[in-house]
Amino acid sequence: MTVLEQPGSSRHTSALPGPPPDWRPRVDPAPLLPDAEPYRLLGTDAARGLDAGLLKRLYAELVRGRRYNTQATALTRQGRLAVYPSSTGQEACQVAAALALEDRDWLFPSYRDTLAAVARGLDPVQALTLLRGDWHTGYDPHEHRIAPLCTPLATQLPHAVGLAHAARLKGDDVVALALVGDGGTSEGDFHEALNFAAVWQAPVVFLVQNNGFAISVPLAKQTAAPSLAHKAVGYGMPGRLVDGNDTPALHEVLTEAVRRARRGGGPTLIEAVTYRIEAHTNADDATRYRTDAEVETWRAHDPIALMERELTARGLLTDEFAAATRDGAERLAADLRERMNQDPVLDPMDLFTHVYAQKTSQLRDQAAQLRAELDAEQLPAQEARP
Amino acid sequence: MTTTAAAAARKPATMAQALTRALHDAMAEDPSVHLMGEDVGTLGGVFRVTDGLAKEFGEDRCSDTPLAEAGILGTAVGMAMYGLRPVVEMQFDAFAYPAFEQLISHVSRMRNRTRGALAMPLTIRIPYGGGIGGVEHHSDSSEAYYLATPGLQIVTPATVADAYGLLRAAIASDDPVVFLEPKRLYWSKDDWSPDAPAQVAPIGRAEIRRRGTTATLITYGPSLPVCLEAAEAARAEGWDLEVLDLRSLMPFDDETVCASVRRTGRAVVVHESAGFGGPGGEIAARITERCFHHLEAPVLRVAGFDIPYPPPMLERHHLPGVDRILDTVARLQWESDWTEGRGE
Repeated sequence: MTVLEQPGSSRHTSALPGPPPDWRPRVDPAPLLPDAEPYRLLGTDAARGLDAGLLKRLYAELVRGRRYNTQATALTRQGRLAVYPSSTGQEACQVAAALALEDRDWLFPSYRDTLAAVARGLDPVQALTLLRGDWHTGYDPHEHRIAPLCTPLATQLPHAVGLAHAARLKGDDVVALALVGDGGTSEGDFHEALNFAAVWQAPVVFLVQNNGFAISVPLAKQTAAPSLAHKAVGYGMPGRLVDGNDTPALHEVLTEAVRRARRGGGPTLIEAVTYRIEAHTNADDATRYRTDAEVETWRAHDPIALMERELTARGLLTDEFAAATRDGAERLAADLRERMNQDPVLDPMDLFTHVYAQKTSQLRDQAAQLRAELDAEQLPAQEARP
Repeated sequence: MTTTAAAAARKPATMAQALTRALHDAMAEDPSVHLMGEDVGTLGGVFRVTDGLAKEFGEDRCSDTPLAEAGILGTAVGMAMYGLRPVVEMQFDAFAYPAFEQLISHVSRMRNRTRGALAMPLTIRIPYGGGIGGVEHHSDSSEAYYLATPGLQIVTPATVADAYGLLRAAIASDDPVVFLEPKRLYWSKDDWSPDAPAQVAPIGRAEIRRRGTTATLITYGPSLPVCLEAAEAARAEGWDLEVLDLRSLMPFDDETVCASVRRTGRAVVVHESAGFGGPGGEIAARITERCFHHLEAPVLRVAGFDIPYPPPMLERHHLPGVDRILDTVARLQWESDWTEGRGE
């Protein structure tokens, strides 16, 4: 008897009952697949149709954002900021994310996304509170609907899904937009968040800022997927691939995804292909893992330069507008410099205030201990007074 | 109500039924209470604690989730941010471990991180502990991990009344509660019945379950019935043991514990989880720090061995039993005569 003659081999399977209908794909995967090339608007014919007001607004925000990034980096050198993960080169993603949302929507930023929070209206000093070494979150998340900056990777994504889901359960047409980096897509929470979002059809948009590196590890060592946007198909949501330095393209894709989510169309995963021009943080040495030539290639594809080309071609970059934009950015930087040069006043007793709604007896004891220690520190100074 | 129905209603309920009733009452009173987890909907939970709730309150409020504990807890964080009061189920103790990052990095510290702007009013129900013949990963006592995390409240009922009262308090709390359900007591009954007046038990207060004079057994959750049995057996030796049920590991009720130990002068901490690095070490240290001059013997511990949870056929050797408790009590090295008692 040969293999082919054995029961159960292929020539006998026709006698078996057919597979149950569940074997069919639940969703046609083809419409979920991202395009092969990142979506672009700048430099294409379609850019001619873009609204001049929108272009100018995006440009002004980019210039402000770049100035904010360079000022924050300078503050780390002066010891005024403990650490700063720069988003220089990624301003398009930050600005487009903030501007794609309505006031009632929620933004879920990671530690690199302070600019997105600032572009949404958060006070720049408040946005830098965590990175300054002051209290962890320097703002009330409800005020601008910005979740606390998230340091662990991708753990804010399930929060965005849960919030969006809760809003829908309550009948509110609120959308959550969550930001994550390329490294974050390797985390389990990324997977679980996307899976929950798709199963629940939650009104949430995931924006992956693929800036090439997770600290030093390049994308090729991070994933074997054709693109990060392709990951969407496995969850049953559309994946979109966008040029992450093309601000109007990003704004369009994000706005469309937000609109779709708000209408009940479910989540979208967007991959923005961009580049982190600076090192991971001021404490990182990027020359150990990438070449100057690579950085220069990306500098030539700078989001601000791309916009300037478009605005110039359409005659929108007048001297007057350019000067006003520059002045606005300088005002932001000057304000930031001045206020960050003042030492924050922290109350050590705050350490015990917000651990629980009510202090436990243990925390009351410890607060009394610290109070006594603080009082003892004050004593010599008081005794020295006449 | 017919006589038969009244008699049925007065029938003592199991701990699992009391938990169901607590969830039911909380959901009925507050529309922001949402239950979620693997199998909590149609099936009613593998221990049937959520039985019937999806049917009564709808699948939006008692929802089956994908099988992913980090996702369950992580989305619950977002739901709490939007004003809901999620109650999540982790199904079994060791299944909660994938959710640890969410628990420790976010749930426990969101209030602190945001200076009180974002509270986390969520309850994490975790059936825990051994004694039901569960295979690996179904019998862990993981309370020490939670106890090491500031910002969490850790509660575990040992009676049917407390199962109801503490779960109501947990759901009503504006801070996160790890609600440990002693799964081997799910089918236990006491004098609580569903038609009894519903009483909320305050979190953070220990309860003396048996008055005694010669030593205090300090315990919680699944070890309470064992300690009560040991206390009864100890009478044969002439020992009159006090049994203290902590009910809440965090906040910890130093006051009740210390008052009891000062009365009896001797203490034994009893729990299932491993002794090394377990709650008993912390409790013994607190007692020593606060009651040293009242102590007539070192504070001793009866705990699970310092081993990964054993296979079901060997678990009876691992779990603290009456004999081990009595042997430990005997080691307290009495200097005074037991029969004199210790006055209050």
